[in-house]
Amino acid sequence: MSKSNPTDRLYSKDHEWVKDQGDGTAVIGITDYAQEMLTDIVFVELPPIGKKVAQGEPVAVVESVKSVSDVYSPVSGEVMDVNKTLEETPELVNQDAFGEGWIAKLKITNADELKSLLNATAYDTLTQEEKH
Amino acid sequence: MKKTPLYDKHAALSAKIIDFGGWAMPVQYTNVIDEHRTTRSSATLFDICHMGEIEVRGPQALDLLQSALTRDFSGQKTGQVRLSALLNDRGGIIDDLTVYKMAEDFYMLVTNATTREPDFLRVQSILEEKKFNCVLSDVSDQTGKLDLQGPRSEEILQPLTPADLKNLRFYYFIQTQVAGIPTIISRSGYTGEDGFEIYAAAEKIGLVWDKLMDAGAPMGMKPAGLGARDTLRLESGMMLNGQDITQAISPLEVPYAWLVDWNKDFAGKAALTAIKEAGLRKKLVGFEMTGRGIARHGYPVTKDGREIGQVTSGTFSPTLHKPIGLAFVDIALSAPDTEISIVIRDTESPAKIVKLPFYKRQK
Repeated sequence: MSKSNPTDRLYSKDHEWVKDQGDGTAVIGITDYAQEMLTDIVFVELPPIGKKVAQGEPVAVVESVKSVSDVYSPVSGEVMDVNKTLEETPELVNQDAFGEGWIAKLKITNADELKSLLNATAYDTLTQEEKH
Repeated sequence: MKKTPLYDKHAALSAKIIDFGGWAMPVQYTNVIDEHRTTRSSATLFDICHMGEIEVRGPQALDLLQSALTRDFSGQKTGQVRLSALLNDRGGIIDDLTVYKMAEDFYMLVTNATTREPDFLRVQSILEEKKFNCVLSDVSDQTGKLDLQGPRSEEILQPLTPADLKNLRFYYFIQTQVAGIPTIISRSGYTGEDGFEIYAAAEKIGLVWDKLMDAGAPMGMKPAGLGARDTLRLESGMMLNGQDITQAISPLEVPYAWLVDWNKDFAGKAALTAIKEAGLRKKLVGFEMTGRGIARHGYPVTKDGREIGQVTSGTFSPTLHKPIGLAFVDIALSAPDTEISIVIRDTESPAKIVKLPFYKRQK
């Protein structure tokens, strides 16, 4: 069973989440639904600090035993920090996708983009549709 | 997509279903790593009904196999299984298949799922050309197959069959029953573990599955999908037809030279002889990553910045807990311990050639 989607953040249709820190930065990761679809995550490729990404562009790569998946940045920004713990324990993404399994922290370059994202309720609906 | 007789059981278990060569097959029930580890520690049950079975019957059945396949079957005993290669006229591998000697004039060929028809056509054309007195029949649709794999396989299967499994040696089989259903039990598999390949009529294979699921559950047995089958075979250094080997690859370039018996004639021998005499240029080797990243099928292999080959299979090894793979490399750079790089998303990551297999079970 998926964990419920926290209401303190926004979601992309590609199954990433973004949590606005209120100081011009945001933390991003993949959703619990996404980790459940991927199952056994064994590798996470993190972006270099300082990398600039546009909304919807690949910012990281998550690999399960069988598959390689891009993580698309839900907002445009510059990478300020990455979750180095995932280099040794990528399974944290499976265990706690919304918490310990965060992927990167970005300096947001266009806060307006947040308006294009889904809230928790809308994202719930999207994943319910995909399951059926 | 084609469905095996067990499809509804997989759906009821909420398996994730994928298209494997036109077949709707379970890739995983829970997750690949769990199913993989369960195979190594206890046992798992695989639906392998998609593989092909071709019967060869008649006084010249042996003559046909000797002409068609690379292996010498003259010393094969009834009840013995032999792995062999079937080549095209260019010396390339159409299939790696197993040959079951059922009786003096009766053999069963067990083919890969996607090569069943090419195999049949190739062997049938040799039969017609040489006018051998025997008949070929594709019984794949009427035949079900399960693989029970893992150290507890014998313990799980023995109470269900009158066959003496303890004395059934590796790559031997017995015609017997499981839960009263006529079956062939072969001590063999594709995981590197002890285990059995079990054949029964397609309409009865569901019953065999149910009996084994019930008998295995108390011993920790679970069903496993093609995802675990792939990581298990790769750790054990076994190749996957259509991925590591293709019709453009000869058995000499991969660890299948031992399947070629040069003392007899066989289809494709002339071309294979020419390949051997011209000298091999590339070789399939095992490698493990020493740098970061997981190598995948199709990734380039480099040495000092120069491309020297390509990855054919790559994954994260659940047993060794590191990324491993198979790759074709320039034969001059194919020795174990050679340092190479794998190009992963435009970045070279270090790797090292190692001896196969990556994993060998303790007996």
